[in-house]
Amino acid sequence: MKTRHKRLALIGGALAILGVIAALVLNALNSNIALYISPTDVAAGKAPKDKVFRIGGLVKEGSVKRQADGVTVSFVVTDTEKDLPVNYKGILPDLFKEGKGVVAQGKLASEGNFVASEVLAKHDENYMPPEAAKAVGDAHNRAAEKRAAQEAGAAAPAAKPGATY
Amino acid sequence: MNDRFNLYRFAAPAVFYPLAGRLVPWFAGLAAIFGLAGLALGMLVAPTDFQQGEGYRIIFIHVPASWMSMFIYLVMAFWAAIGLAFNTRLSGMMAQALAPTGALMAFLSLWTGALWGKPMWGAWWVWDARLTSELILLFLYIGYLALTAAIDDPRRADKAGGLLLLVGVVNVPIIYFSVKWWNTLHQGASVSLTRSPSMASVMLWGMLLMALCFWMYTIAVALLRVRTILLERERHTDWVKAELTGETR
Repeated sequence: MKTRHKRLALIGGALAILGVIAALVLNALNSNIALYISPTDVAAGKAPKDKVFRIGGLVKEGSVKRQADGVTVSFVVTDTEKDLPVNYKGILPDLFKEGKGVVAQGKLASEGNFVASEVLAKHDENYMPPEAAKAVGDAHNRAAEKRAAQEAGAAAPAAKPGATY
Repeated sequence: MNDRFNLYRFAAPAVFYPLAGRLVPWFAGLAAIFGLAGLALGMLVAPTDFQQGEGYRIIFIHVPASWMSMFIYLVMAFWAAIGLAFNTRLSGMMAQALAPTGALMAFLSLWTGALWGKPMWGAWWVWDARLTSELILLFLYIGYLALTAAIDDPRRADKAGGLLLLVGVVNVPIIYFSVKWWNTLHQGASVSLTRSPSMASVMLWGMLLMALCFWMYTIAVALLRVRTILLERERHTDWVKAELTGETR
């Protein structure tokens, strides 16, 4: 083995060890690196008490309600499994929409709702022109209707044998 | 010795210097062409986004700059490993020549990201994994530049800087995969090798052309810079004296 090959192996080995160390450290820090926790984590009692933390999820469709003063908003953050009601007083970012991602910073109130001091919109990785977005939305709705129709169709024959009794 | 094409020949400074000089105009020209095409496609042809409106156009700078900031670091780490293992003179100079551009790209990535983040997210800056690891990358670049500038002997500077580069290389995969591994505010990748891009094709082409432009620009300025470094470090050699007197004649 030549000296330079030895040195190359040494560099490779050092890098591999460094990678393992980094992986272990990051794994240990996992919960501290995450920017937010989900409503399921909150329901499971993983939320810090009397401390500021962030929650993230989707704004539930039809849940956004604005108070008469125009700046107080309440909405529900969901991860499709658990829901968490959020109260917030302030200006919402442009991308804040029902059905879209959101990250809110604040504290849990005694009634189990989340009082946010800051609300950020989480953007997804999809970039498209408005016409394409509409086409995708339409196709999605058509698929949902079709599925509903199929389920109704499947439910009808299943009900038939029951009718003979 | 055989007269077959030999790659190692180009590692000799006296051979590399004129070659780099001949290549610079080509890469600079390609950078201009790709840049004009990319900007025209991105700013004039590409449609507005369905959610972000016109603000999304920052991606034509932001994404190529972020890619370059990570890729340049990998290339520098590669040169550092070669330099440390084989003791080649040119490797350290290549790393040195790439560093300012890498720092510039990391800065551009963070700065354009902040400009986009304020209207879209509602915040200039968040301490999420993606943003923080990219900031660490900028610090690594600045640290490398400061460290190598602080050591007078260029060979020792290259060695110390090379070690820093190799240690910092673990940060690059962390940046890239941060949006997958942890909850971050930063969105996931729109373009990846494993699946079709979640982006309209005109936008994608604009972005890829800009990425090509950034590549060509990086190569052009790195070659220019490495030529200057070569002259400075090899100023006592015969080929530099011949080169300089030849040019003035």
